[in-house]
Amino acid sequence: MVNCEKIHELARGMLAGRDALRIMEVCGTHTMVIAASGLRSLLPEGLKLISGPGCPVCVTDQAYVDQAVALALRGQAVIATYGDMVRVPGSSGSLADARARGAAVEVVYSADQAVELARKAPGRQVVFLAVGFETTTPGTAMAVLRARNEAVDNFKVLTAHKVILPAMRALLADGQARIDGFLCPGHVSVILGWRAYQPLVAEFGRPCVVAGFDPGQVVAGIEEILVQLAANQPRCCTVYPSVAPEGNVEARRIIGLVFEGCDAAWRALGVIPASGLKLREEFAAQDAARCFDLPEVASREPAGCRCGEVITGRCDPTDCGMFGVRCAPASPIGPCMVSSEGACAAAYKYGRRAG
Amino acid sequence: MTETDYIKLAHGGGGQLTRELVEQVILPALGGPQRPGKLADAAVLAAFGSAGTDGQAGRLAFTTDSYVVQPLVFPGGDIGKLAVCGTVNDLAVSGARPMAMSLALVLEEGLEIGLLRRVLESAGRAASQAGVAIVTGDTKVVRRGEVDGMVVTTSGVGEVPPARELGFERIRQGDRIVLSGPLGLHAMAVMSCREGLSFTADLESDCAAVNGMTEPLLEKLGQDVRFMRDPTRGGLAAALVEIAVATGRDVEISQDAIPVNRTARAAAEMLGLDLLAAANEGRIVAVVAAGAAGRAVDILNKCRQADRPAVIGSVGPNADSPLVEMLTAIGGRRIVQMPYGEELPRIC
Repeated sequence: MVNCEKIHELARGMLAGRDALRIMEVCGTHTMVIAASGLRSLLPEGLKLISGPGCPVCVTDQAYVDQAVALALRGQAVIATYGDMVRVPGSSGSLADARARGAAVEVVYSADQAVELARKAPGRQVVFLAVGFETTTPGTAMAVLRARNEAVDNFKVLTAHKVILPAMRALLADGQARIDGFLCPGHVSVILGWRAYQPLVAEFGRPCVVAGFDPGQVVAGIEEILVQLAANQPRCCTVYPSVAPEGNVEARRIIGLVFEGCDAAWRALGVIPASGLKLREEFAAQDAARCFDLPEVASREPAGCRCGEVITGRCDPTDCGMFGVRCAPASPIGPCMVSSEGACAAAYKYGRRAG
Repeated sequence: MTETDYIKLAHGGGGQLTRELVEQVILPALGGPQRPGKLADAAVLAAFGSAGTDGQAGRLAFTTDSYVVQPLVFPGGDIGKLAVCGTVNDLAVSGARPMAMSLALVLEEGLEIGLLRRVLESAGRAASQAGVAIVTGDTKVVRRGEVDGMVVTTSGVGEVPPARELGFERIRQGDRIVLSGPLGLHAMAVMSCREGLSFTADLESDCAAVNGMTEPLLEKLGQDVRFMRDPTRGGLAAALVEIAVATGRDVEISQDAIPVNRTARAAAEMLGLDLLAAANEGRIVAVVAAGAAGRAVDILNKCRQADRPAVIGSVGPNADSPLVEMLTAIGGRRIVQMPYGEELPRIC
């Protein structure tokens, strides 16, 4: 059981005279834990938990899916991917559809597993779809280094890794999402350190509290945000003991060895400067973008899809006209419904359907 | 579904897509009066032949399954044991006493005889323990690569004693939901030996014949047992959603009441899988009259195959859009949906 009394007490005081308190979480795992535990049913009505762009699959540009599908269908490579990416719809089908049509698509649970796959099939190119924030990037970096050091020359990476802080900043600068505080991602913060959010606090005056992944942690994090808001003393801190102020310096060093920053296209947020990662020049031989002739694809949202607004907290899944009707897990339109960490999939699976 | 759509892996997942394939393609194509009721685990055929000594004609239950599990041997079992138990279980939860089964094999060229012998000995032992005879079979061999190791198909017949009526239509508001043990052990045990996932030392499939549980329940509680299912692909979630949809009633369960195997739970968390939707191969979920629920748990507690059996929920009132709702461990509420179906291919 979790005790939400303090949250109710604090919220009562603050909600008089305003329409809502909005706390954004920017971590797919937080989205799922909140939904699976039914936590929203225990929170005061004026306190909104918004799912931000923390699901790496949801913020991956459609063009990337199209490129992976093209590679798969051309038979040039075995695509090794996290399970979540397999059903994300591109502009003409998903990787699952490509697999059903004979393309080689393998689900892996880690970048390392993809290297093993490449080692066991020396005659074939294996392209790992490197998606994720700072939590998974070190794993990809290690895999790239290992493949190079052990001469697994058929291992390639198609990277869409992203960096979370620039997106958080873009949301606050935009103002449309009306965010009162951030529940910061636990695992990403293990890498970054909880002090990484200090610039956001300094520039925008919003609480940034790191929380872990059980419901008790989420409640503690929300409580801390409300305490700071009530006292008008925003700061960055953590309720998750595993997170150090400076994070995991070694992990960041390894990321820096293999990757460098670049601009990146985020679904619905457009291009955010310095928010992505690409392989450094010396790893060109492992870079699928440089080794294959990938099609230039223009990004296009499916008509009526509001995934972008859902990710940025501008609407709830149930506000989308297609939610539960045309867009459902069996027939997803946008990634928010496909990904197991997506706000729409969580709402569909664990919440009441619209209508 | 149109003619140019194609089979996806999820069509075999035991969830929503499987249901759609059966309802939109398979049944209409077969045509005629073959409709086997509400997609039950076994078909109970009308009485034929002469009446028994009590003047009532018995009924025959008939079921079939194919097994494509990978790997062929996994902690706690193998494809042979799985095939026998799976068929026995479909008969058992339909109220039938298993009588006989068939065993058909499609073998890949290159399969080791030693492996074949091992899984068949395992099948033989499972059949003997379950009290059923394997009386007929078939063997085919295809070229290397045309099938993955082996595919096993079993069919089984059993006798349904008179006065046993199990079905969705017997379920009433207020009936209780009883579960015989923790969820997802089979799924997690099989996952744990897939490549790159050797993270658990002691997780074994719950693969077992359940007639050791269903017979005492039916013999002692009679008509108070309304409905039973062995929640394989699609897990408990699929079974409960089917109950809600078929009866038109809301169903409520309590997360705290569900017995847990901590290793299976840890494995599921690591893989991002929901144990409610994970396959079980030795569990039953039974809907029993409220007054008999306590006795049902007592009966199960005496059965070797049960593990901390418990009442986990109840059947609610009629609803326009019936839902399965779970009271979570933290006191919140959330909906349990029909699983999509792709979570775990080649699980049984």
